[in-house]
Amino acid sequence: MDQTDRRIINALQGGFPVSERPFGDAGRALGLEEEELIGRIRGLVEAGALSRFAPMYHAERLGGGLTLAAMAVPEECFDTVAALVNAHPEIAHNYARAHALNMWFVVATERPEDVARVLAVIAAETGLEVYDMPKREEFFIGLRFEV
Amino acid sequence: MMVDEDDRRLLAALQDGLPQVPHPFAAVAARLELDEAAVIARLSALVERGVVKRCGLVVRHHELGWRANAMVVWDVPDDRVDAAGRLLAGHPFVTLCYRRPRHPPAWPYNLFCMIHGRDRATVEAQIGLLCALEDMAGVSHAVLFSRRRFKQCGARLARSEAA
Repeated sequence: MDQTDRRIINALQGGFPVSERPFGDAGRALGLEEEELIGRIRGLVEAGALSRFAPMYHAERLGGGLTLAAMAVPEECFDTVAALVNAHPEIAHNYARAHALNMWFVVATERPEDVARVLAVIAAETGLEVYDMPKREEFFIGLRFEV
Repeated sequence: MMVDEDDRRLLAALQDGLPQVPHPFAAVAARLELDEAAVIARLSALVERGVVKRCGLVVRHHELGWRANAMVVWDVPDDRVDAAGRLLAGHPFVTLCYRRPRHPPAWPYNLFCMIHGRDRATVEAQIGLLCALEDMAGVSHAVLFSRRRFKQCGARLARSEAA
């Protein structure tokens, strides 16, 4: 990854023009030809630096449900529980963290009422308490993955 | 907030990424049997209304070298939590900051912030800066470094920046 790749990543995380020729417009701001910008983004996706080039949705405004949930999982059955949790298509990501509450996952559903259902199913499948920690308020910050 | 069937089809079509071609929205429009101008107008409206938070590159921070990620949580008195949230969010190394419900006694914390860094020592130093803030003095907190990532795939049609 060279300096130009870094400039592309830093500039385009925050937003991308919604226009007929967005790569051309974004490229102009970066001093790059449309063709070069497209080629470099392809290269970054292939190298795994970018997962994709896509809109980030606001789940609640899309009419969906979203929460962060945590569980205290005994170490000896951690992988079994992780497999049960991750098998649900509504689980967006799941991290093991160093704390008594050691499994943290995000649940995103198409309808708000489905969040409680998914958490109840996970509690029943695992026999563990699931702590629901939905966002009450978001404190705004910009995008910070500067490379 | 109303999202109609064509909006949903458009968002579903964009989920796997914008085609990397000179006229990407024309390519998406062709798949949906809409025209390019209609796709651009719909997506612009969704951004305008905040249904789409942003349309941009989705970075894989782990692959880009941000290997340390800590969730720092605080038990802030309810009447001070808004001010504390704004204060933490104003630090450039804080990548997300939310107020969430407590679950005492297992979980007394109501303010969550994420710090992503290249290495653990840097992140620990940044956490030290937050703890040293006058307004955070005496506020009970915990630091939860991530140990393993099991899944990061984006739920269908509801991908967001929740955690």
